[in-house]
Amino acid sequence: MECVFGLVGDGFALIAADTSAVHSILVHKSNEDKVMILDSHKLLGASGEGGDRVQFTEYIQKNVHLYQFRNGIPLTTAATANFTRGELAIALRKNPYFVSILLAGYDKDIGPSLYYIDYIATLHKIEKGAFGYGSYFSLSMMDRHYRSGMSLEEAIDLVDKCIMEIRSRLVVAPPNFVIKIVDKDGAREYGWRESIKDAGVAAA
Amino acid sequence: MSRRYDSRTTIFSPEGRLYQVEYAMEAIGNAGSAIGILANDGVVLVGEKKVTSKLLQTSKSTEKMYKIDDHLACAVAGIMSDANILINTARVQAQRYTFAYQEPMPVEQLVQSLCDTKQGYTQFGGLRPFGVSFLFAGWDKNFGFQLYMSDPSGNYGGWKAAAIGANNQAAQSMLKQDYKEDITREEAVALALKVLSKTMDSTSLTAEKLELAEIFLLPSGEVKYQVCSPESLSKLLVKSGVTQPTPDSS
Repeated sequence: MECVFGLVGDGFALIAADTSAVHSILVHKSNEDKVMILDSHKLLGASGEGGDRVQFTEYIQKNVHLYQFRNGIPLTTAATANFTRGELAIALRKNPYFVSILLAGYDKDIGPSLYYIDYIATLHKIEKGAFGYGSYFSLSMMDRHYRSGMSLEEAIDLVDKCIMEIRSRLVVAPPNFVIKIVDKDGAREYGWRESIKDAGVAAA
Repeated sequence: MSRRYDSRTTIFSPEGRLYQVEYAMEAIGNAGSAIGILANDGVVLVGEKKVTSKLLQTSKSTEKMYKIDDHLACAVAGIMSDANILINTARVQAQRYTFAYQEPMPVEQLVQSLCDTKQGYTQFGGLRPFGVSFLFAGWDKNFGFQLYMSDPSGNYGGWKAAAIGANNQAAQSMLKQDYKEDITREEAVALALKVLSKTMDSTSLTAEKLELAEIFLLPSGEVKYQVCSPESLSKLLVKSGVTQPTPDSS
């Protein structure tokens, strides 16, 4: 029942993801951060099989950092997306990672971009995208309300509309969401949308 | 002295030298020279051809200049068969990078990668080092036009102007005197031809004895690697005053 979705706006890109860590019928925690900050100007929102998600995204993150240390320059968002897709493609024919990814980044020369990479190593450059059960609702909401070059306020409004739709229409809807953005000033957390707070535990 | 430390490639001599690497550089000192100059709008590579014969198929093969990728080329000095192996390695590395990242490989990363290969032959495996020096010329969007020189030890450096092969020291000091910042590609070609003509052993310089290649940007933004045809090369030689114009009427 995982929901990850994202979109590109005017000079920024954002990714919203649910924050439930679920195992069969048990919710382990409701503040699991599934949107990783890959480097100063990249976000990686991932959903999928428990161990695979963390294993694969940390592997990508460390390789992105290694490239920067080795070569003194960061990878572009497009290069990172293609590298990630390549790793999934290589693993696919041996021991696939069941992880689907939205990669958002900001490059100085081309601005914000968003990439959709699914678990069978499909790669698409997109303006808006989603996966998980929530995608049935968020994609439809974005098809209706999304425009190219939205301001941050308009985009957050659309994100809130999607979250409301997921909450009201998905049978086991996740209660909490995290929103992260990336723009010329870097990748950072924008906010949370919580309907259930974990008792006495600080947000991850 | 210390000749007993010569034959093993991967051990130091008591004075702390790697003799095999130094002998490899000796071998290159007998090969045809090559000069590279970094201009503000491109990179120029000029090479001296040692094999000149009317029977040679010049249109089908180059002796000194090789294209590694669309945005990268090199000039070689040394043992040609060794150079072919390394050039192939460089081409594979460049394509492997593009396969993974869908972008052209940054120039310095390719040079570094190739030099890591060369270094391996000075440290393990018991194989001799490659007897080749390279001048790499290329363009990437991070640092624009670049020129790198590498030698059998696996060391490399970025240069504004460099020379390898026979008489490279004389050529290098001449370049040091006459190179100026913000040199244009045209001026760089003239300078390279002038320096080469002074350091080459042969008495007369003709287009058959030289190869000239340039890396520059087309108006579309694409990187172009261009080898000069023998006809244009003859004209350039006349223009730069290196050769006298042939006394034919035109």
